[in-house]
Amino acid sequence: MSELSVNHLLGIKYLNQEDIKLIFETADHFKEVINRPIKKVPSLRDITIANLFFENSTRTRLSFELAEKRLSADVINFSAAQSSLKKGETLIDTVNNILSMKVDMVVMRHPNPGAGIFLSRHVEANIINAGDGAHEHPTQALLDSYSIRERLGEVKGKNVVIVGDILHSRVALSNIFALQLQGAKVKVCGPKTLIPKHIEKLGVKVETNLRTALNWCDVANMLRVQNERMEISYFPSTREYTQQFGVTKKLLDSLDKNIVIMHPGPINRGVEITSDVADSDQAIILDQVENGVAIRMAIIYLLASKIKQ
Amino acid sequence: MSQKVLLNSKEVNIILHRLACQLIENHNDFTQTAIIGLQPRGTYLAERLITILKTEYKIKNINAGHLDITFYRDDFRRSDKPLEANTTDINFIVEDKKVVFVDDVLYTGRSIRAALTAIQSFGRPKEIELLTLIDRRFSRHLPIQPDYRGRQVDAINEEKVKVNWKENEGEDAVYLINN
Repeated sequence: MSELSVNHLLGIKYLNQEDIKLIFETADHFKEVINRPIKKVPSLRDITIANLFFENSTRTRLSFELAEKRLSADVINFSAAQSSLKKGETLIDTVNNILSMKVDMVVMRHPNPGAGIFLSRHVEANIINAGDGAHEHPTQALLDSYSIRERLGEVKGKNVVIVGDILHSRVALSNIFALQLQGAKVKVCGPKTLIPKHIEKLGVKVETNLRTALNWCDVANMLRVQNERMEISYFPSTREYTQQFGVTKKLLDSLDKNIVIMHPGPINRGVEITSDVADSDQAIILDQVENGVAIRMAIIYLLASKIKQ
Repeated sequence: MSQKVLLNSKEVNIILHRLACQLIENHNDFTQTAIIGLQPRGTYLAERLITILKTEYKIKNINAGHLDITFYRDDFRRSDKPLEANTTDINFIVEDKKVVFVDDVLYTGRSIRAALTAIQSFGRPKEIELLTLIDRRFSRHLPIQPDYRGRQVDAINEEKVKVNWKENEGEDAVYLINN
């Protein structure tokens, strides 16, 4: 087995094709492990991992914590709400204080883009980016691609449309990088106000008509409308958004083919997708969650194997 | 580098049949037995034995599987090369079964130690036995001995024992390689 080319997982744009292949193959083994009667392996029993969440998260945090525990790592959790950050401590000081308690690896979510990259330059630990502002969310993109590979056999040559709030979405950016690296074609679809200017420069086509986009694609990744990131109105009303960019069962049934529906969660039922779509066979939303644990185990395992004793 | 033939194809064949017969002596109809080949190289031996048991001794319904011990090894982060995982394929519960671990070479015993931990993920076996084609005695780091052995070999640590299989290397043979 080869090694990852990186010591940190800061973003998909720092990975190469071999890295992704290695992560997926390792995740295959861990997926088998987490489906055993006893879902735990002792590989990382001498590794300590700090989960630093400077921004709210439920799913990603649980998924990371579960992945760490399934690998027998020791875990400490930290969330900004209860921290000294409010007392004015800097990020580097906070992290260095935690590292002096002999922590080997840091999983960090932070509202500022590039926080992980900044940290990796200033502290001695392997960093995994669990989402940094509107920049990247690499583990989400990897589990999305892994779920596509599981459902459709491979990612290469597939047409994927990312629908919704592209502007505020780190999931979209990481997905674009990951899908293109694996040879898929990517379009984005959403209200013009929520599509970043110059996104075409990433090799992505913009489609403003949902039906056209869905007829083109094999997979539709429906992003959540992130109301908490919108200080101003980007569209007139939720109702209007749903009418133009919400996926309903009726719309899906009227397409020429069966497309796969993905959603990174949490779902606003009845906004991006209706309940009958979310619960249909075409949706692989819960597979994504299961695969998230396997993918995160693979990443943590592969990065930990680079920590020499 | 020099190499010496420890076992040729005919000798390997005789030993495989003997081992199969010894298994039958202890396991009768194999209904409560699970034969587990240890990844990566023990699986060839396990498959061979199962083929002999099925075709020549007409034993049906053998519980067979492959176990990968990569995530249970005690040298994670200690070796220069990253550890390569293989597939585990055990689609039954080993609870109350007599498990036979099958591996090609028993050397330090550390792989078997890892396998003893790994198998617990699939239940609590009634008992566990160990079958190896080559037993490198005097090289053990742990108190582990085989229950069935093909051939005992005295080799020093600088030497390597290599088992070749027809389906993989094109011949059945065991070599002692001196670097």
